[in-house]
Amino acid sequence: MTMATAVKTQSQGRRLDLQVIGPIIALIALILIGMALNSNFLSYANITNVLARSAFIGIIAVGMTFVITAGGLDLSVGSMAAFVAGLMILVMNVLTDTMGVTLPVILLGIALALIAGVIAGLINGLLITKVGIEAFIVTLGTMGIYRSLITWLADGGTLSLGFEMRELYRPVYYGGIMGISWPIIAFVVIAILGEVVMRHTAFGRHCAAIGSNERVARYSSIAVLKVRLATYVLLGLLVGFAVVMYVPRLGSASASTGLLWELEAIAAVIIGGTLLKGGFGRIWGTVVGVLILSLIGNILNLTDFVSPYLNGAIQGVVIVLAVVLQRKSAADR
Amino acid sequence: MSAVNTAPSSAPILALSGVTRSFGPIEILHGVDFALRPGEIHALIGENGAGKSTTMKILGGYLDPTTGEVTCDGQSVRFVNSDAAEDKGIVMIHQEFNLAEDLAVDQNVFLGRELRRGWRLDHKAMRSRTADLLTRLQCRVDPAAKVNRISVPDKQMVEIAKALSRDLRVLIMDEPTAVLTERECEILFTQIERLRAEGVAILYTSHKLGEIKRICDRVTVLRDGTMVKSAPVADITEEQMAAAMVGRDLSDLYPAKPVAGPDTVLEVENLSVPGVVSGANLVLKRGEVLGIGGLIGAGRTELAEAIAGLRPRHGTVRLLGHDLPAGLVQAAVEAGLAYLTEDRKGAGLLLDKGLRENLTLPLLHKFGKIMIDRKAEEAALDKAISDFAIRAPQRSMRVGDLSGGNQQKLLLAKTLLSDPQVVIIDEPTRGIDIGTKQQIYALIADLAEQGRSVIVISSEMPELIGLASRVVVMHGGKIAGELEGDQVAEGAIVRLAMGLGEHQEEAVA
Ligand SMILES: Nc1ncnc2c1ncn2[C@@H]1O[C@H](COP(=O)(O)OP(=O)(O)OP(=O)(O)O)[C@@H](O)[C@H]1O
Ligand SMILES: [Mg+2]
Repeated sequence: MTMATAVKTQSQGRRLDLQVIGPIIALIALILIGMALNSNFLSYANITNVLARSAFIGIIAVGMTFVITAGGLDLSVGSMAAFVAGLMILVMNVLTDTMGVTLPVILLGIALALIAGVIAGLINGLLITKVGIEAFIVTLGTMGIYRSLITWLADGGTLSLGFEMRELYRPVYYGGIMGISWPIIAFVVIAILGEVVMRHTAFGRHCAAIGSNERVARYSSIAVLKVRLATYVLLGLLVGFAVVMYVPRLGSASASTGLLWELEAIAAVIIGGTLLKGGFGRIWGTVVGVLILSLIGNILNLTDFVSPYLNGAIQGVVIVLAVVLQRKSAADR
Repeated sequence: MSAVNTAPSSAPILALSGVTRSFGPIEILHGVDFALRPGEIHALIGENGAGKSTTMKILGGYLDPTTGEVTCDGQSVRFVNSDAAEDKGIVMIHQEFNLAEDLAVDQNVFLGRELRRGWRLDHKAMRSRTADLLTRLQCRVDPAAKVNRISVPDKQMVEIAKALSRDLRVLIMDEPTAVLTERECEILFTQIERLRAEGVAILYTSHKLGEIKRICDRVTVLRDGTMVKSAPVADITEEQMAAAMVGRDLSDLYPAKPVAGPDTVLEVENLSVPGVVSGANLVLKRGEVLGIGGLIGAGRTELAEAIAGLRPRHGTVRLLGHDLPAGLVQAAVEAGLAYLTEDRKGAGLLLDKGLRENLTLPLLHKFGKIMIDRKAEEAALDKAISDFAIRAPQRSMRVGDLSGGNQQKLLLAKTLLSDPQVVIIDEPTRGIDIGTKQQIYALIADLAEQGRSVIVISSEMPELIGLASRVVVMHGGKIAGELEGDQVAEGAIVRLAMGLGEHQEEAVA
């Protein structure tokens, strides 16, 4: 008998904590780096700019969190956004011809964008739940379809709102109350609502249950298909909503609108601590993920330290790191 | 075949001395000393949550002890992982299956030790070796079948085949017989005895004390993480084992059988599930406990799932006068019918969620209108923990970290939360210790007493006989016969289950 080997296993609690605060620490670190590198970083103009630009992805990422939590995936959101934006612009231009540059045109345009988003989400969701095709395949398909449709609608170029219409619609992106612009307000409201729905309602709980083990969910008399479908429809609606905020910014849509948004949204969700395989999701984490991704871009733009062309590389490293952190606790013995 | 109770006097092959194990701040094992010798069948018994699985995992190299040491062949060892243990010939079969669900049976048996011919996998050899092993276990599963398509007991047989395919010196089995029928248990025991004759040390745990008395050489009792007794099986009676486990004397295991009322609550007419059940008829009275017996694969679970709306079906199911739509669980639950699955891990509980989330999952709409009422949920959990004597070291822990028996209790609590009029319980006491069994039997009798009706599907003969006033026996997807009152006896059930049909007339007459 040789020496007894005493092994002290680390308490699980501490590791879990790291998972919870990991993204927050990363965000704080980024803010400190930004402050150190550029004195303009914390200026009102810069912060507003960063937040307003991240609002589109952020709003979509909130919806994506539900989809992923329920064990799904949606690759089509970027092209969906472009297509809905193109459709909205076309219809608004047509309406302007008959109704003039008036508020009802904008309201109809907004309604159209929301409805189109819902329908697009419904199509994805029905193909996935009723026809039973894998989410990855379905949304890879619709991603191609919407991207090609917007290119065709714009005839390879750009679809633009009429100039006067653009002026009328502009405040939705550039306006605000008490110095906070509308996209930021919308993002905050949707994030808070999302957090409440995810954590405190049966729908959120059901999403997590389905993503965790679909069979258990079915045996627990949860309407699995309906909940699944609802996550895609919700995401579609939020894409429509993001478009409503996006169109007044540039007043145009083209084949490159919303390019790679789906990947940024998915990345933000994962960085925030939601499990890619489903079963656990947190909206606040997604918000932090969105901020981390846009701050990286912003800091690179503000400093000539590292080329902004390396933005993608740094974001990639952050995504991989986030997933490695999530993994750690699985190796407990 | 009585066990050869000559205590082997050889040196222990695997031993624990002063082993403790903590999870987080809570110590689960308190200084366990234990020795396993070659050529002995050693039983480790104890209540749910006593620490049997934890002890076995430490022996099998799946967990490290917090303090104390593990010795193998007299040498202190510290297994880096279970592979290191397997290199020493120590193989463990877990309480919860460890199979890759999407792979075929033969791929699972040789997982991580694939046979090769040159640089290519030798599929043919693996398939035929697997077929041989399965034949030895009299298991009729196709080696090419995917694991997620085979039944729970067949999965257990695959696990056993996987263990047998290695060079064994120590075989550790955590409740292998919990999911097997008596016939399959006999096959397993034959294999175990063959291994013992080859000098393999076998450690196994079971809540079926009768089988321990029959086949084991030595029994060690664990209570609340402490070894309280270790003796040759010949020197200890089943009653003494139970008393040592529970720490008190156990009186009658089965409560008095409830008397069924006159009115019918559930009627099943001509129910068929393509390929598994055909033309089943069933009637359940208020306040009745109806047993469904039969061999595994006879279609009992499929029948129950079809009634509960979990499977497509033909035929009618009438609950309290209303027809239940086929394939709609929600409607069945709404109407007051609940089904407790036999597949605890795969269909019963979310292992990576907490107790609270699992408990209230089927009934969330009753907890708050829009927002979930956490307080009400916590209160429900409080009640479940005390009603069902669930032993959870920490309230916030993952359900997957609960001991197997405590998971079963939580599943029962979850199923009964909706206060159903009719409950179908598939294997109610799978993996549950004898003290808790008594509580669950009392609970079932209680439900019937309150005017609810219970269908119990069980592979444990004594359970069917002890609980049910009427037993329906299935064979080959059909109802082979029905026994009532004094007819409910082992011989009659077995005959029907084997498909000896002449007894149907006798039973009905
Ligand atoms: N990873 C873990 N984290 C926290 N607690 C754990 C963990 N694993 C086991 N436990 C706790 O340790 C205790 C002993 O568990 P163990 O699985 O060894 O019981 P058991 O004797 O096998 O019971 P059963 O008969 O129900 O299978 C239980 O209270 C269980 O909840
Ligand atoms: Mg156990």
